[in-house]
Amino acid sequence: MSELLVKSKEIAVPGEELAIGMDFLPSYGTYRDGDKIIANKLGLVHIEGKVVKLISLSGRYVPKRGDTIIGDVTDLLMSGWRIETNSAYSAVLGMKDATSEYIARGADLSQYFAIGDWVVAKITNVTSQKLIDITMRGPGLRKLNGGRIIYINTNKVPRIIGKAGSMVSMIKDATGCKIIIGQNGVVWVQGEPEMEIHAVETIKKIERDSHVSGLTDKIKIYLETITGKKLEAQTQKYPQK
Amino acid sequence: MVFKREGRKNDEPRKIIAKVGIIPRADGSAYFKIGNTEAYAAVYGPRTLFPRFKQDPTKGILRCNYNMMPFSGMGNRVRPGANRRAKEISMVTEKALLPVLDLVDYPNSVVDVFIELPQTDAGSRCAGICAASMALADAGLVMKDLVCSVGVGHIDNTLLVDLDYDEEAFDGVVADIPLAVIPRTGEYTLLQMDGIIGKEDLFKVMELGKKTIGMIYEAQKNALKEKYMIEPVIAKKTAQGGIKNE
Repeated sequence: MSELLVKSKEIAVPGEELAIGMDFLPSYGTYRDGDKIIANKLGLVHIEGKVVKLISLSGRYVPKRGDTIIGDVTDLLMSGWRIETNSAYSAVLGMKDATSEYIARGADLSQYFAIGDWVVAKITNVTSQKLIDITMRGPGLRKLNGGRIIYINTNKVPRIIGKAGSMVSMIKDATGCKIIIGQNGVVWVQGEPEMEIHAVETIKKIERDSHVSGLTDKIKIYLETITGKKLEAQTQKYPQK
Repeated sequence: MVFKREGRKNDEPRKIIAKVGIIPRADGSAYFKIGNTEAYAAVYGPRTLFPRFKQDPTKGILRCNYNMMPFSGMGNRVRPGANRRAKEISMVTEKALLPVLDLVDYPNSVVDVFIELPQTDAGSRCAGICAASMALADAGLVMKDLVCSVGVGHIDNTLLVDLDYDEEAFDGVVADIPLAVIPRTGEYTLLQMDGIIGKEDLFKVMELGKKTIGMIYEAQKNALKEKYMIEPVIAKKTAQGGIKNE
């Protein structure tokens, strides 16, 4: 008796009926009402066997443990720094998690991170009250000097990174820029000024065309035309970042 | 009794246009036009709420702001900013939207909805609610359904849907009943009245509005899908209402 009312990759709006019957299971972005499965947000339908779920297309960043984010220092606290996360909540970087150096009692914290500095950090904990703890200890976590910051839609971050980092590696190869993508939709780009602009334009293009299939090849051609450089075929898998 | 209905049937709304994602810097936005009443809605947030004493540690709060633009009236300048009427409408808009919205994932935060009306011809709170519900969905918030809203009423016992200003201001026995409905369940989240109406007629006219609610829901749904759809949906045109998605 169970019946699916939508196909995979269709757009669902809140309140839309996705399936009827108890043979299907509601997952992320859906809820059950009687024997029906209803969408409770705007998203792309994804059906995995019996499980019906939605992939978000819009919305602000929701902090999760383990995410690498880019944020700026907005305040110096008694024993740490307040970092803006591009979500509804700000994070606290404790002194212990900031640096391996010894920080003397009463030291001026702005000599490590001053207000306005940008940092790459990892979320270590998110409480039920959405207090976010972050750390700067770990590979690739550091203060950012120079370059430029752009904001993108958080839900498009996986597309910009690509499978095993293929997309971002391609932009890095083509433009020679250093690029760091935070899960919170903040991207840092550093390189030759003109190349920085090319990289930013490419990232914006991917964000805009994220639904296009075969996007990696199209972006490759796009990058080749704007930089005038021949890129290697995407045979080998690049490691992420 | 003579009133012009501009070629509309009694249960027929004015022309509806719905769009989503028109304010790029907002987290979600929408435009809703019904006849000559236009509403823009922009959603910002969830973001941390200040002052702190207004925060709710159990869930996020919704804050609506309804505003008619100075040139939006019938020729007389509307004084902008909060007034008694705008505050009331902001409050009922909030209460009309909250039943579908789930903000438990956002403690201590606020979702701001700004509704601006560049042009009004009655039914402005309804247009505002329709726009706001689309904008909230566009902002990726968790909500169990959209909210559709329309004004119904009667003029000298002739039951009508979607009254315009001339009808509302008709010199006779008039009732103007804005209502908002959760379309899937048929629950009412807004029911106000200005005027006089009998009990029987009230139930009848609420029933009469249901078809229009369905049309508004279709327009909202198509507008939302169109923004994210790879190929734009072909606008559904119903013979009666002339629903159009642009």
